[in-house]
Amino acid sequence: MGYKFARGGLLTIFAVMIVVPVLVVLLGTFKSMQQLFDSPFGLPESWSIRNYVDVLTQHNMGQAFINSTVVTASSVFLTLFISSMAAYGIARLRGWKSVLIFGFLVLGMSVPAQANMIPQYVLFGRLGLLNNLLGLILINVVTGIPVSTFIMGSFMKTLPHEMFEAAAVDGVGPARAYYRIALPLSGPSIAAAAIFLFVIQWNELLYPLLFIQSPDKQTIPLRLLGFQGEFLTNYPLLFTGVAIASIPITIAYVLLQRYFVEGMTSGAVKG
Amino acid sequence: MSQSTTSAGRTNTVRTPRRRTTKARRIDELILLLFTVPALIIYIVFFVLPTLQSAQYSITNWDGFSGTFDYVGIHNFVRAITSDSLFTSSLVNNLKFWIIVLVFQTLAALLLAVMLFRNSRSTSVLRGLFFFPTILSSISVAYIWKFIYDPNYGLGNGLLHLFGASSSFLGNNDTAIYWVALTQVWFHAGQMMTIFIAGLQSVPQEMLEAAAVDGASRWRTFTSITWPMIAPATSIVLAYTTIQSFKAFDVILGLAGNPPKPSMDILSTRIYTTFANNQFGYAAAEAILFVIVIVVLNGGVRRLVGLTQAGS
Repeated sequence: MGYKFARGGLLTIFAVMIVVPVLVVLLGTFKSMQQLFDSPFGLPESWSIRNYVDVLTQHNMGQAFINSTVVTASSVFLTLFISSMAAYGIARLRGWKSVLIFGFLVLGMSVPAQANMIPQYVLFGRLGLLNNLLGLILINVVTGIPVSTFIMGSFMKTLPHEMFEAAAVDGVGPARAYYRIALPLSGPSIAAAAIFLFVIQWNELLYPLLFIQSPDKQTIPLRLLGFQGEFLTNYPLLFTGVAIASIPITIAYVLLQRYFVEGMTSGAVKG
Repeated sequence: MSQSTTSAGRTNTVRTPRRRTTKARRIDELILLLFTVPALIIYIVFFVLPTLQSAQYSITNWDGFSGTFDYVGIHNFVRAITSDSLFTSSLVNNLKFWIIVLVFQTLAALLLAVMLFRNSRSTSVLRGLFFFPTILSSISVAYIWKFIYDPNYGLGNGLLHLFGASSSFLGNNDTAIYWVALTQVWFHAGQMMTIFIAGLQSVPQEMLEAAAVDGASRWRTFTSITWPMIAPATSIVLAYTTIQSFKAFDVILGLAGNPPKPSMDILSTRIYTTFANNQFGYAAAEAILFVIVIVVLNGGVRRLVGLTQAGS
């Protein structure tokens, strides 16, 4: 009895800690500063979308939204493509070659960005990839390869070898078996990797901060960081930026919750 | 169509194994190796080599744009450790941040997991809610909490006023980093909860039932059955939390500004600031010290988990 009561109370407190701030932010996007300060929890006087229009048009968030969409979509796709090939090769090769390549690629998961970002910056500069969306796509692919190869490779290793042997006897070579057999059977792990990459890359701040100078090339998180200096305590506008950054990913989360939990956890679960 | 192929394949391998020639196998292996080549090339050129180059930069005084630089040996490392108060204070801040996050995030995650690991309609909704902050961008999370911590209008003081108290939160240089740590806990406790839930669900139900039949209390059951059995989950959570606490970057910039106020500066943001000030060589040295700190702490945490495992 006591446990049930304590459990209910604790869960309520934790839930309030999540729901209240999120609701205040969401309602705040329709308020003026004065309204927000006077009644942070109240409903807005009018459901005017002026803040949204302002942020999207006058504060470059519209352009940032397009940039983020282009960069995230391209880099998730390319990372999955390149890593699924590597994962497939690793899963079907036998012996030390497979172990070595897998271990080598996955090792990158434990290297923090700070350990190589400076030489990367110099290298990208030499290649003309700074201040360039292509540079952001490439760096996302580079940093995404270890974790996505880990997620998909671990899964593909569990596919039975006999299946590929049988296919080979039937004249289905390794290249065709990749997209005819391995990819269709690896759906769950590809989805997990895709979601992990989507969350990380949509929210990525460090590399845009390092690489991008022009306002028209900024991604959403970088644009959002800039809001700090521009409207120091204009919280309704800050909140509107937060809402625009979070709405696409929240919709995806509501629809695909199970995959999100799996994806975000499989990236973490590594001995 | 595909069904007939697989069944034919099975017949071939099981009953009449038509051997493929060694040469055909060699070619297959070569093709499979080629499949790993694009990833390997990109990874080596843009990831591995730059990592090694960091070590080279760290013993120079390169400013990032001059054509020339000098090798200065271990000077950068000595400077960071002995005479750069910005570096050492960011290290101390980072350690405080790490300890607070490690303790409170792990406790919160474990508590939530224990309350929610059984599958039902309501637990799955609540799990979804508690996991939600994980998918937000760190900058978004930082801005939500910037408002909570606003000394004049924020929700935090709104709450404290009910008890006749108030705080300047991020304005107090001695305690600011702890408030940042609280934000980090809010951000990632739900993610760690899911790892604990996976661990708890793997504990055999019969063991818990047997303990209940024997009249063991909830606490006793937890300490002598559940806790030892979820040790693998615990060690993943502690290792991941440690890495996350040092990789935290966006949250700091969002709450403490860019460059961050010294009271909230941690190693990752310090390295970035040094880099942004065109001290490439010195920043690379700081980055190497940063990696060493993470490796050492992670090793320590692993040992600690190993000890509690052995003890129970």
